[in-house]
Amino acid sequence: MADSFSIENEMNGRRRFLVAATTVAGGIAGAAVATPFLLSMMPSERAKAAGAPVEVDIEKLEPGMLLTVEWRGRVVWILNRTPEMLATLEKLEGQLADPNSEKDQQPDYAQNRTRSIKPEILVAVGLCTHLGCSPILRKDIAPEDLGPDWLGGFFCPCHGSKFDLAGRVYSNLPAPTNMVVPPHTYLTDTRLLVGAESKESA
Amino acid sequence: MSKGLNSLKEWIDKRFPMTSNWEAHLSKYYAPKNFNFWYYFGSLALLVLVNQLLTGIFLTMNYKPDATLAFASVEYIMRDVDYGWLIRYMHSTGASMFFVVVYLHMFRGMMYGSYRKPRELLWLIGMAIFFVLMSLAFTGYILPWGQMSYWGAQVIVSMFGAIPVVGDSLTLLLLGDFNLSDATLNRFFAYHVVTLPLLMIVLVFVHILALHEVGSNNPDGIEIKSNKNPKTKIPVDGIPFHPYYSVKDIVGVIGFLIIFCTIVFFAPEFGGYFLEHNNFIPANTLQTPDHIAPVWYFTPYYSMLRAVTVNFLWIDAKLWGVILMAAAVIIFAFLPWLDRSPVKSIRYKGPIFKFALTMFVISFFVLGWLGMKAPTPLYTLLAQIFTVIYFAFFLLMPWYSKIDKTKPEPKRVTK
Repeated sequence: MADSFSIENEMNGRRRFLVAATTVAGGIAGAAVATPFLLSMMPSERAKAAGAPVEVDIEKLEPGMLLTVEWRGRVVWILNRTPEMLATLEKLEGQLADPNSEKDQQPDYAQNRTRSIKPEILVAVGLCTHLGCSPILRKDIAPEDLGPDWLGGFFCPCHGSKFDLAGRVYSNLPAPTNMVVPPHTYLTDTRLLVGAESKESA
Repeated sequence: MSKGLNSLKEWIDKRFPMTSNWEAHLSKYYAPKNFNFWYYFGSLALLVLVNQLLTGIFLTMNYKPDATLAFASVEYIMRDVDYGWLIRYMHSTGASMFFVVVYLHMFRGMMYGSYRKPRELLWLIGMAIFFVLMSLAFTGYILPWGQMSYWGAQVIVSMFGAIPVVGDSLTLLLLGDFNLSDATLNRFFAYHVVTLPLLMIVLVFVHILALHEVGSNNPDGIEIKSNKNPKTKIPVDGIPFHPYYSVKDIVGVIGFLIIFCTIVFFAPEFGGYFLEHNNFIPANTLQTPDHIAPVWYFTPYYSMLRAVTVNFLWIDAKLWGVILMAAAVIIFAFLPWLDRSPVKSIRYKGPIFKFALTMFVISFFVLGWLGMKAPTPLYTLLAQIFTVIYFAFFLLMPWYSKIDKTKPEPKRVTK
């Protein structure tokens, strides 16, 4: 009985099994305890509940003007494009990464050249698809810093990505995809609902 | 009196290893006798850490981690709290000086081969401290909730979103919301004042333990432990850390404090380099400032992030930028295995290493400068060229360090 206290004798099959079983059980318990802590870091119920659609009156939005609204804490642009602005869209297609909007960055009804329901009104989440800065609308043609080819568009000051006036990204720049067009619909000719496709679904 | 003190010492030593630790780490810890200027930065980093901990504690007494109150509470500290401006400027200047000191400390290691065997693990622990320091700087920069805080955080958090598969859930976990919001500020405050400082203190403690196990390297890159006095077993080129280097380090501390106080009292914003002008504007979630750039200590990596503009293989430019930026930081950790030179110190290394290290330093500064500038086609091209040079220093090292013409190392340390 006396030498059964020495470690070598005791690390036999039964004890080894018990040590392994305790370790596994402890590990599972550890993971189980970690779960509520990890889940507490996900968006709370209050954060999930926020994010109702936004109704916007665009009657006073003159051609060429940009209106900025907030939806789910994000910038949403509403740009009323002039015919000249719309004419630039076709000319730039050779320089764009996804001119036909094939990547899923917009609802089906905005998968066209103007990326919009009404040709002149662009509704887009005003965040660069690179790292989330808000690009700047640069309507000036061929400015010194953007080069002679610039016909107007959005320029991201953070990392130099460029988008045309339909939010389509130029190729060979850091941003990978076109800007996001959020779900939106027209309640009347001049009342726009951003964030939902109908009043009911909101 | 002294008899009473002696018996108190004996009483403690029987219950706690006070004298033995004092001797092992200070009065009988033998460091090489040829330390030069470059050896100040380890103890200075410790000094800055203490400064950050102390001033940080006092800042939390008045700061409010709430998106609607944060900006105003910082201004309250600056204007209405007695000496609040001093404590805050000591903290913000300390953040920048932490990076100055740590970059110089790392450069010392690169010059004298301090990462080489047997100090690989010491170097890796140091790298872990560097990562924690960067996380501390990032989480701390968000707290004033100014324009740069907000949009800087937006960029950094979006980088995690570029990671395939897990990117989106990771972003939610970081933000605690579907966009950068009050929930994010609140949790970053917790990281900045509890999690990361605790981690930092533990890592610094482990770093010093590892250092005292292997002993310090020195400007000659030779091991003083391989030449011990046969009788006393003390390295012939070693001197006890206390009093020799404790006193030397005080000289460094005085020099450092002269510079530190000059900045705190006369140029705390340092022309927009330590505290950016745009961060004196409260966060506006609808408008990015016309020009955003991180604080100077992140700009070299930031340039690399935006230097990639083409999709390559099956990975798009955005993810490449993030990969490159992360690789630029992590690659330091591989130095112990990239360096194949028979000698450690730059004193005995050949012309190729000296040229390569010079090019690395130049590329680090150029990338740092470019990171502060708005991107133009020319600047992007320059950033691409210097990114290649930066990585070439590391990736070609196994080859050039082997063929380089080295000088023989001395038997004893030199002046």
